[in-house]
Amino acid sequence: MDESNQLVGSSPIRKEGRDKVTGRAQYVDDLSLPGMWFGATVRSTIARGRITSITFDPLIPWHEFTVVTAKDIPGENAIVHLAKDHVCLAESTINHCDEPILLLAHPERAVLHAAVASVKITYDELPGVFTIEDSETAIERAAQGDTSGVIWGKGADANLFKTYLMQKDQKPIPADVWETADYIVEGEYRTGAQEQLYIENNGVIAEYSATDGVTVRGSMQCPFYLVHALEVIFGLPAERCRVIQTETGGAFGGKEDFPSVIGSHAALLAMKSGHPVKICYDRAEDMAGTTKRHPSRTRHRTAVSKEGKLLAGEIEIALDGGAYMTLSPVVLSRATIHAPGPYHWPYMVVRAKALATNIPPHGAFRGFGAPQTLFALERHMDKIARVIGLTPEELRRRNFLTTGDRTATGQLLSEPVDMQHMLTRALTESDYHAKRAEFDRTNATSAIKRGIGFATFFHGAGFTGSGERRLNSLVEIDVTAEGWPRILVSSTEFGQGTNTILSQVAAQALQLPYESIVVAQPDTLLVPNSGPTVASRTAMVVGRLVQKAGESLRTKLRDAGGLRDGYSAAEFCAVAVAYLAKYGELKTSARYEAPDIFWDDVLYTGDAYPAYAWAVYVAEVAVDTITYSASVTEFHALQEVGKVLHPILAAGQIEGGVAQGIGYALYEKCVWQKGHMANNQMTNYIMPTSADLPPIHVYFEETPSIHGAFGAKGIGELPMDGPAPAILNAVEHATGIAFTQIPLLPEDIFERMTGDNQQPHFDASIAGPFFSEVGA
Amino acid sequence: MRSNVSAYDLIAPRTLAETLLTLSEQLGIYTPIAGGTELMVALGAGRLAPKKLISLWGLTELRFIDVTADAITLGAGTTFTDLRKHPVVSSNLSLLSQAASWTGSIANQNRGTLGGNIVNASPAADSPPALLAYDAELTLVSHTGSRTLPYVDFHLGYKKTALRPDELLHSVTIKRNFGGYKSYTRKVGTRNAQAISKVALAALARIEDGVLADIRIGAASLREVPTRLTATEKALMGKTVSTETIAAARAALMTEARPIDDIRSTAKYRGMVAGNLLEDFLRSL
Amino acid sequence: MSSVQFTVNGEKKTIDAPPMKRLLDVLREDLHLTGAKEGCGEGECGSCSVLMNGDLVNSCLVPVLQASGATICTIEGISTEGRLHPIQQCFLEHGGAQCGICTPGMILATHHLLEKYPQPTLLQIQEGLAGNLCRCTGYMRIFTAVQEAALANAAAGDLR
Repeated sequence: MDESNQLVGSSPIRKEGRDKVTGRAQYVDDLSLPGMWFGATVRSTIARGRITSITFDPLIPWHEFTVVTAKDIPGENAIVHLAKDHVCLAESTINHCDEPILLLAHPERAVLHAAVASVKITYDELPGVFTIEDSETAIERAAQGDTSGVIWGKGADANLFKTYLMQKDQKPIPADVWETADYIVEGEYRTGAQEQLYIENNGVIAEYSATDGVTVRGSMQCPFYLVHALEVIFGLPAERCRVIQTETGGAFGGKEDFPSVIGSHAALLAMKSGHPVKICYDRAEDMAGTTKRHPSRTRHRTAVSKEGKLLAGEIEIALDGGAYMTLSPVVLSRATIHAPGPYHWPYMVVRAKALATNIPPHGAFRGFGAPQTLFALERHMDKIARVIGLTPEELRRRNFLTTGDRTATGQLLSEPVDMQHMLTRALTESDYHAKRAEFDRTNATSAIKRGIGFATFFHGAGFTGSGERRLNSLVEIDVTAEGWPRILVSSTEFGQGTNTILSQVAAQALQLPYESIVVAQPDTLLVPNSGPTVASRTAMVVGRLVQKAGESLRTKLRDAGGLRDGYSAAEFCAVAVAYLAKYGELKTSARYEAPDIFWDDVLYTGDAYPAYAWAVYVAEVAVDTITYSASVTEFHALQEVGKVLHPILAAGQIEGGVAQGIGYALYEKCVWQKGHMANNQMTNYIMPTSADLPPIHVYFEETPSIHGAFGAKGIGELPMDGPAPAILNAVEHATGIAFTQIPLLPEDIFERMTGDNQQPHFDASIAGPFFSEVGA
Repeated sequence: MRSNVSAYDLIAPRTLAETLLTLSEQLGIYTPIAGGTELMVALGAGRLAPKKLISLWGLTELRFIDVTADAITLGAGTTFTDLRKHPVVSSNLSLLSQAASWTGSIANQNRGTLGGNIVNASPAADSPPALLAYDAELTLVSHTGSRTLPYVDFHLGYKKTALRPDELLHSVTIKRNFGGYKSYTRKVGTRNAQAISKVALAALARIEDGVLADIRIGAASLREVPTRLTATEKALMGKTVSTETIAAARAALMTEARPIDDIRSTAKYRGMVAGNLLEDFLRSL
Repeated sequence: MSSVQFTVNGEKKTIDAPPMKRLLDVLREDLHLTGAKEGCGEGECGSCSVLMNGDLVNSCLVPVLQASGATICTIEGISTEGRLHPIQQCFLEHGGAQCGICTPGMILATHHLLEKYPQPTLLQIQEGLAGNLCRCTGYMRIFTAVQEAALANAAAGDLR
């Protein structure tokens, strides 16, 4: 074995990088097929009601167009994810603004917009349900017999996509725990919707033939999700629904579930028009009509001893799921499991619900429920610290989970965890104590208030519980005609480095140069289902399978092909080619084998995730008292990730995630007007530019996990969890004001800093046994 | 892209004279387009109502910066980059060169023109506060002649200007009267770069014998038009800078500012921050 | 329809197009130079950036008639004879590109920046690239790539 070929842990050039820096990479809107037409979507202008008429303005030459309505759907009018409540095209009931009603196609792109505007639709409008509170009120009224505000489900499920009850050890909290606690601290925390804002909008090109079925190419994360959606829409078997992922310009979860919608639309137009059809959204349509991060409201009630030990916690989580279920139950699941954070809770009860509203359905966005509840938790921990008179650091130290502890779901942390060390290191790297003291000193006489704050958290990688077992992922490796190994996976590249790290893993397993590995374009006709590219599972789960398949290939060629030890790349290829010539096919595979993990989906107890990554993030902020704006001036991100497969890519993931987290905390607000996103332009949806972001310092620790490729745990979503609470903790240090909601805009800081409802500073000595700010 | 570009016409006469002749002979038919950083956005969004446009982009007669001992004249076709690069503009008209530096992005500064910024008449535009503080004078030309107009008289109402249908803005002239003045300008946007103004101030002041002998303040996003804060100036003229005069100035500002709630910000925020900027300026004197 | 002549990546082109057709669409559709992308259509994201007479512009905001007689450089013209430009090489080596959709515009903005400031400060880099939005990287590695490219340019200059 060639020990010098240590590819994992080095930073080879991104596999498709050369094409990207030369502008040769082909994204879906760069592609054309012969005879291709263009598609557009006619959408609802009201949030809730019924269609009363559809009129086509005679000024448009409609004979030139193909028009598709719900009646043209050969199979079921349903976008399937966890349920079939989500219609592909509205027939008469409208449940959200910008809901697709009909589809148009034409050979010339330029005429479509005017045509869409020429479809006149009238409605009987109903009052919309637009917030978590609206939906809750509607449920209460329904219990009294008034179902006018029920917009989804009925009876016990009215407006309720999903609920969870998670009780540590299946035990409710005994009354005497509350009665004897030194302190009870309550708080309510809210997060807003967030737009993924991939720079490449959603787009697909679809083809249809009676013999071959449907083919869809496009920007997406999960080709097999779209296959499943097409099976339902067309009533076709999977073999006649072919999906090919094209180079994808960013996704962040926004192209996990949504491609099922746009892909189905284009395929229907292709079927009816007899032409390939391209649908590429422009920015305004993409922002208004596609999924966003679930807004949340989290309530904490915590019993704490005066020594700072967490005695019991009750957490209530409410997510706004939008108009249809999509993935809300899974987002809610992750929100629930992460809500108690990296702490030891003698008693913990989490009640969680996902509610329906007349907003375009929310969906996956990096973090997937964890950023919402970890924001609440880490803000709440700082509040507890303040109430009982401990530093934020000391409170964490007295409650961290450690090796051998059990989490709130009862999962045994058998792999090493050392949050004490992580916290020490992060505070040292960021010079936290010195800065805190310095800011305390200088703030009194400065118009710019500075603060420093941190968040300690974890993130479970891979699908929850038995999810990975259900996915049953399969990976294959075959060889090209020249004998080079070719990885066959449905895992997609969208910037995070899938192609690169899987090539590294394969190269290391095969003891071949990185350059010799080929990754096949994810084409469901060619590649097996290695599961969706989500949940930070690619390095860990799929990488591990690539490693195994690679080792199998080596073994096969050694045993049956005569491959000798210490082979060169040329020798490998020669043996592979000879094997191909002799046997006709050379392919190995590896299928997921569930480790001994136990998870109960009903009681919500057991091993929630195969592995956790652990992190401490520290944010420094400056709050300008002239403009009331807060900006992050320095950021330190420390995480333990098992194994850093590619240092540059890994750091890039953290830096990019932190940037999105900073946006989530301080800049990115979705402005809704009667259920429509009013700020659906880049001018008015504020994403940080290069001039807005601080230096982001990234540090890794590695405690290899048995579950992942070469010990790697997932890291793609982790960086989304820490920034918002760290930043608001820092803002509180800077201003003395406890903000509990994000996005925190200058207008919000202004209101609190200057308004009548200024909050008094907390004095722990008078906090007493009961302290609540729930109504604030 | 929400427009059918085939439905639009764009002509590009080679000279200013030809352009003015066309505007005169075909009154109200052609809409001028310079760098396109405003109108092309409207085209992309499907809301560019005028279908016939006339390009000013190549007219060298409009793209110049003339410096004399008494005045600086900026052609309407001057881009923001042109303004930033010019050494006399940077040293003598720092309010304007600062405003140019925070207008859009580098790419938009390379194409956006001073004339377009003025004539588009957004109350949030970046150059007007400085031009108001500098008492700029506009030269408007038409086929039949030219006239000058104090810039402060140019904006008649929301997106309504004194420009006649056959006229173009030719140039902006600023007298070099501001040696010895202290200057202050700040824009408060939604982020550090590439942001539309929530509120902005541009101010000049001359102190003589400890009192404010002259004070000029231009503001963006406080009214439906770019605004010269005359009541605020009046409350400060001839006064020393003290806690009382600052308070009086802030009170005066609130009488003439009528900010609104919109998609970017709130009226209360804008009013308060305008006062804070004013106070910041006064305390710096 | 207008007949518009300009030079793209060193080659003279004559295009027949509606005069208000966006330069971005002419590049992508008429000339099949798909490196420039539409990310927003409103001049905010910079993924459509090209160099026009040496100036960085958002091609989604340029009517093709106004490009008449201009010298245009797109991402396709940055590398010469198959050799990567130092900026491209540095973006590759330092993780400056993740999903790659902002990369063509970002590289052109970098090129424009380094022509103006051969050894830019971090502040100049931040300002120079503020009109090019990247959602993947958090900009850190783009800054590194730009700084390395500046050094590479200087080194190449030293060798002459």
